[in-house]
Amino acid sequence: MGSTTGPRRPVHRIATGAVALLAAVGLITACGSGDGGSGGGNGGGGAANAKGVDDGTKLTMWTRAATRPQSEALVKAYNANHDNEIELTVIPTDDYQAKVGAAAGSGDLPDLFASDVVFVPNYTSSGLFSDLTDRVDALPFADSLAQSHIKAGTYEGKKYVVPHTLDLSVLFYNKDLYREAKLDPEKPPTTLAEWDEQARAVDALGGDVSGTFFGGNCGGCGVFTWWPSIWAADEDVLNEEGTEADLASDTARKVYDTYRGWVQDDIVAPGARDETGATWTGVFPKGKVGVMPMPSTTLGLMPEDLDLGVAPIPGPDGGKSTFVGGDAVGISATSKSADQAWNFLAWSLDDEAQVDVVAANKDVVARTDLASNKHSEADPRLVTINELVAHGRTPYALKFGQTFNDPNGPWLALMRDAVFGDGSSVAKDNDAVTASLGD
Amino acid sequence: MQVKAPGRATHASPARPEHPVRPRPTTPLWRSRTAQGLAYAAPTAVFVAVFFLLPLLLVGQMSLSDWPLLAGDRGGNAPENYTDVTDSPLFWPAIRFTLLYTVLVTVVLLGLALLLALLVQESRPAAGFFRTVYFLPGAVGLASASLLFWGLYSPTTGPLSRILESLGLVDDPVSFLGSPTSALLSTVFLVVWKFAGFYMLILLVGLQRIPHEVYEAARTDGASRGQIFRSITLPLLRPSLALSLLLCVTGSLLAFDQFFILTKGGPDNSTVTIVQLIYREAFQRLDLGTAAALSIIVLGALLLLNVLQFRGLRRADES
Repeated sequence: MGSTTGPRRPVHRIATGAVALLAAVGLITACGSGDGGSGGGNGGGGAANAKGVDDGTKLTMWTRAATRPQSEALVKAYNANHDNEIELTVIPTDDYQAKVGAAAGSGDLPDLFASDVVFVPNYTSSGLFSDLTDRVDALPFADSLAQSHIKAGTYEGKKYVVPHTLDLSVLFYNKDLYREAKLDPEKPPTTLAEWDEQARAVDALGGDVSGTFFGGNCGGCGVFTWWPSIWAADEDVLNEEGTEADLASDTARKVYDTYRGWVQDDIVAPGARDETGATWTGVFPKGKVGVMPMPSTTLGLMPEDLDLGVAPIPGPDGGKSTFVGGDAVGISATSKSADQAWNFLAWSLDDEAQVDVVAANKDVVARTDLASNKHSEADPRLVTINELVAHGRTPYALKFGQTFNDPNGPWLALMRDAVFGDGSSVAKDNDAVTASLGD
Repeated sequence: MQVKAPGRATHASPARPEHPVRPRPTTPLWRSRTAQGLAYAAPTAVFVAVFFLLPLLLVGQMSLSDWPLLAGDRGGNAPENYTDVTDSPLFWPAIRFTLLYTVLVTVVLLGLALLLALLVQESRPAAGFFRTVYFLPGAVGLASASLLFWGLYSPTTGPLSRILESLGLVDDPVSFLGSPTSALLSTVFLVVWKFAGFYMLILLVGLQRIPHEVYEAARTDGASRGQIFRSITLPLLRPSLALSLLLCVTGSLLAFDQFFILTKGGPDNSTVTIVQLIYREAFQRLDLGTAAALSIIVLGALLLLNVLQFRGLRRADES
């Protein structure tokens, strides 16, 4: 037909395809070669001095948005008094796991990164942190560090993290509403039954006042605030290895029954059923809730005019416990400045930083020997919270996130059946939790 | 007797004078047409390779490997990821829910978009104003719109529930996202609000391509409004409707943002979509291999669906 382009078309196609394929293969090879990012750490630190090195190195650090104020305060104070400089990046809490995972895969982790303490075992077992055993042990106050964080960060006998920010679950109660309900504002509940009575007494005030509140569609909230009631009875919810759940025990059922009673009798503020965790701490500060468990880090954010008391979370028959949450921090296995990074970590745990930065900010100190300090003495609520660290626990499980924090995970199904349903599938749901832990 | 074609003589003959063999001028390789063609194609080829082929190949490789998100061995495990896909108790419910959502959104959204397009089709007073108003939600990002509705729907902090209470329509705060049905309908409402204007625009362009003469002829013949709509508007609008249908079905099958922000798959896992399941495998369970396998399956299903839709469209055009 006289076309001059006709015979060339296949050549074009082949050539275009070849160029595309070559580029793709080349890039795949390039990507593939970068896989082993997490090796080569140099953080053993056996010979390094206990205070690290302060030589003007620029360090990078990641933290999650949930604990931003605490991390920012520490980094700001450190940068003001040291030659080293830390550049802090705050990452949205929901994206944190994915971001750390992706960075680990490509060898792009920062020098230091904090993590929600419950996810730490996942990172230590994957080799993301440098071994800090010798450095931690060399600290003069090593034994006073929050042991639940240290335990969560210990893997195969080696310590990988230190406590960074502590966030404890405690009962907050509104003293004004207690007075109105003819309850003694200096006598917070010491058993689950008393908590139940007091919540109902406040709820009876009527109007828009409610007895209590909780995040009913938030697995993390349930873990954080319900488990202490089980621990207070000296029972555990997971086995030592974090591979088996015991969330259908009699004690656990007593806790669920109490919450279910509140739901059935409308003692709970509106919205508990839908609460995914995004706004659950915003209800109490409005002054219309009697008594509810909350994170201790919210104490510093409460309105000045709200007369509130703080108490440990009790078990069904007494006792007290708390979920020692918050963030632990470690040096990434790929950091080239482990000594400098350690300088920040060691400083962040010393007396000055803990008292003048952490305690001054009404936050929980990471050391039990500083539970009582000049700031806490001015506010007895801080002493109550600080002293709880020794009674608290931090659960350990490699599959914690996918089992307990995942909104589509098995723990949330258990929780919701136990309080919004009739509780009939708790045993079956407990099996599903165990299956997920071992998955 | 066989007649030999000229020029096919078997006997030795002198070189044909009409086709003198001239030596071709030798051009350097880099100036040849092939090389030039390659040079022209290279930027596009690289672009396609880096942004389309490479990710696809990587996903394919992931789907055949044990590929944890965190550092670890990334050995091949085919076809385990594919056979593991159905292990999640959420898999079949997610497929059922995604299909239900797709059907619901497609019917409501395209129906409303067509209605809006018909309303603002003619140059009446304020038609431009209404076109802009209907399209405005389309200018808001889906994630932003979802956050906005999340705030509106909240029984504790949102205004919608309070407005209904103050009007005396309800006694207690309304939990818009509290039950499976209301969560689905609330999300569909958001999506319809967000996209109706966009699809209206596509259909409006289609409507305006229909010649006025056809309508005039129909009216002259005494056709009623309903007859005109059924016999002229709908058939001539078919290409635009088909495009809208394709976009809407594909978009709905890939729904993620709105559910991730509004419901997180709840309450009680009643609104988990297929893409949420992929996200969960990758970023909650940190298992990229299974997530990639699921992605490939969804890609295959979408390709098949689109091919079928295109075929249907082409057949409709031919008829």
